[in-house]
Amino acid sequence: MSTRKSPYPYWFLVPGGLVFTVFFLVPSVMAFWFSLTRWTLFDQEFIGLDNYLQFFREPALSSGLWHTLVYATVTSGLKVILGMALAVLLTGPILGRGFMRSVAFFPVLVSTIGVGLTFQVLMHPTEGVINQLLSWVGITGPAWLVDPDWALLSVAFVDVWQGVGLATVIYMAGILSIPGEYFEAARVDGASAWHRFRNITLPLAKPATVSVILLSLIGGLRKFDLIWAMTKGGPGFTSDVMASVIYKQYQAGFYGLSTAGNVVLFLLVIVIALPLFWFFNRKDETA
Amino acid sequence: MRKLGAALLTGALCLSGCSAGSLGSSDDAAAGKTQITFLTNNDPSNVKVAEAVIAAFEAKNTDVDVKLDTRPQGGEGDNLVKTRLATGDMADVFEYNSGSLLQAIAPQTNLAPVTGEAWVGDLDPVFKQVVTANNEVYGSPWGPAVGGGIFYNKPLYTKLGLQVPKTWADFMSNNAKIKAAGVAPVQQTYSETWTSQVIVLADFHNVAAADPSFAENYTNNKAKYATTPAAQAGFQHLEELEKAGYWNSDYASAKYNDGLAAVATGKAGHYPMITFGVPALDTAAPDNVNDVGFFALPGTDAGKNGVTLWEPSGIYIPKSTEGDKLAAAKKFQAFVASPDGCTAYGSAAPLGGPFVVESCTLPADVAPAVKDLSAYVEAGQASPALEFLSPIKGPALEQITVEVGSGIRSAADAAKLYDEDVKKQAQQLGIQGW
Repeated sequence: MSTRKSPYPYWFLVPGGLVFTVFFLVPSVMAFWFSLTRWTLFDQEFIGLDNYLQFFREPALSSGLWHTLVYATVTSGLKVILGMALAVLLTGPILGRGFMRSVAFFPVLVSTIGVGLTFQVLMHPTEGVINQLLSWVGITGPAWLVDPDWALLSVAFVDVWQGVGLATVIYMAGILSIPGEYFEAARVDGASAWHRFRNITLPLAKPATVSVILLSLIGGLRKFDLIWAMTKGGPGFTSDVMASVIYKQYQAGFYGLSTAGNVVLFLLVIVIALPLFWFFNRKDETA
Repeated sequence: MRKLGAALLTGALCLSGCSAGSLGSSDDAAAGKTQITFLTNNDPSNVKVAEAVIAAFEAKNTDVDVKLDTRPQGGEGDNLVKTRLATGDMADVFEYNSGSLLQAIAPQTNLAPVTGEAWVGDLDPVFKQVVTANNEVYGSPWGPAVGGGIFYNKPLYTKLGLQVPKTWADFMSNNAKIKAAGVAPVQQTYSETWTSQVIVLADFHNVAAADPSFAENYTNNKAKYATTPAAQAGFQHLEELEKAGYWNSDYASAKYNDGLAAVATGKAGHYPMITFGVPALDTAAPDNVNDVGFFALPGTDAGKNGVTLWEPSGIYIPKSTEGDKLAAAKKFQAFVASPDGCTAYGSAAPLGGPFVVESCTLPADVAPAVKDLSAYVEAGQASPALEFLSPIKGPALEQITVEVGSGIRSAADAAKLYDEDVKKQAQQLGIQGW
């Protein structure tokens, strides 16, 4: 690989290289630098690793870290299960398939902030539609976003509703690329619907599963907009995740500290996503 | 690399600066006036006031055209102001907090000092102190001072035969009677988290009464909330009220306007709030403004009962304003601190408290809550809030008080956590001894 010569002369690489340097390399290097300073936007003071120490001492952080993992796991898991179920439904012989597919994808296109604010109204403990519907069937719904035990999960559910369309599309592509002959052969051998799903669809749609897990996990780890629109990390710190803790440091003017937080978040995503990526790919090769 | 970064930055600045400048000058040529932009927060009643003050100013200064520009409130607005100052892109004249938040935008670096202006001599000394940094004055007052304490429903007090409490024990016994009458004793509105801090912040007069040196020791890293009983009392009060079940049932999802409406219409007996809520009462419950009274947050000693005062925000001029625009901006800044400015301010919306310009007087028809507040101020039973005596205020206080008020965290634990938050802020500001 290293001996391969570039097919282009060096001057041909200058435009791309310039864009890369100015917009990606310089800001990244500056971010690492600023994370080592106490930075007020107006002046900066080098303080070594103090920001990182401070960030890990931040009481909201330890709970925020845990919330981030819970949030990413819950949303990613539900998107895999529901996305697969919806994809099986929408690739099946149902009426108005094209229309149904669009409907499933529609929430992905809506602005996240809009979704968050709408659900804030729907999830109001007494006046919200959700709890009013539940009360008709005799269930007293939880206070959703304002109940410390439910706030994070409530946001995660909305995230799943909004994001499952994308998982469905990926799964649909995966399922449709499986040659029909496998299903026919299985049917001839007398395999039940469950067996066909378990032994044909599930293993052959594995590349789709890998994409869905990785995309939704990374998305969940760095989720911010929906959480901020719905709870702002509250009540108290009960739905604070890494990204919202970092944003609050920005808001308070702790620019160096929050930059350090972003570096930590970046490392966290790598530490979780990279081994998963390797794990899935390795299995792929041996299969 | 550094050089490249610097070149890029200047390029970007010139790009935005140049285009704004050329736009401005073409307008000037058309109207023959100096055009300046005034940036203030987007609270609807504040915008109404700003429009009225601008109209009155333009009537007196026909050669100046003031354009109103608004920004979000709270942390988002703070960020916007800081970013615009740091990039040299600030409006010609702008409204921003006085006290500790003013220190955080580095006035020495970013603002034009106005110490020598004539109107400075007419300022209330406490206000002058909160717009001063390194012996230079930077701002004129945007509106009246306001007081932190408790709004109460006057008809309910009359009906139940209650007296305005001077100690916390009296307050709690009033609450018990209100609860027995089937009304929520104390309103909380945690959907807007900032409202949760009022009980802690408005208790500062009592802290200062018990320990006059607290503010100084606190700034110098010598006094802590967790280890000063008088300071921790605010958190204890929250915990006590929550444990007694004195909140309104929808405290977790209620909003600020719900709270004002509740105390005005008698759905709740009390609402801990700052009197800047009086103008908002006018929209939340227009028919019941006169049913709302105000008293200081009660402490342990009836003899030291008094109110915690918030100074108004200031009108500042950034260093980036120059030439004709600077002269026009200074005129606007001076107008705001004049009796005409006060009158214009009061004409657009109800006032929330007394003015801090000596030559301005309060009109006779102010709301009862404001009269109650003025009585404390005139009797000298008032102290400035801690954020005006010390540059340090922890940014996470509102989340912490929501936790205490919701029963998630104990008062003692909350005080400790807040001390950590304060430490972080002090280090960020580079204060000695932290």
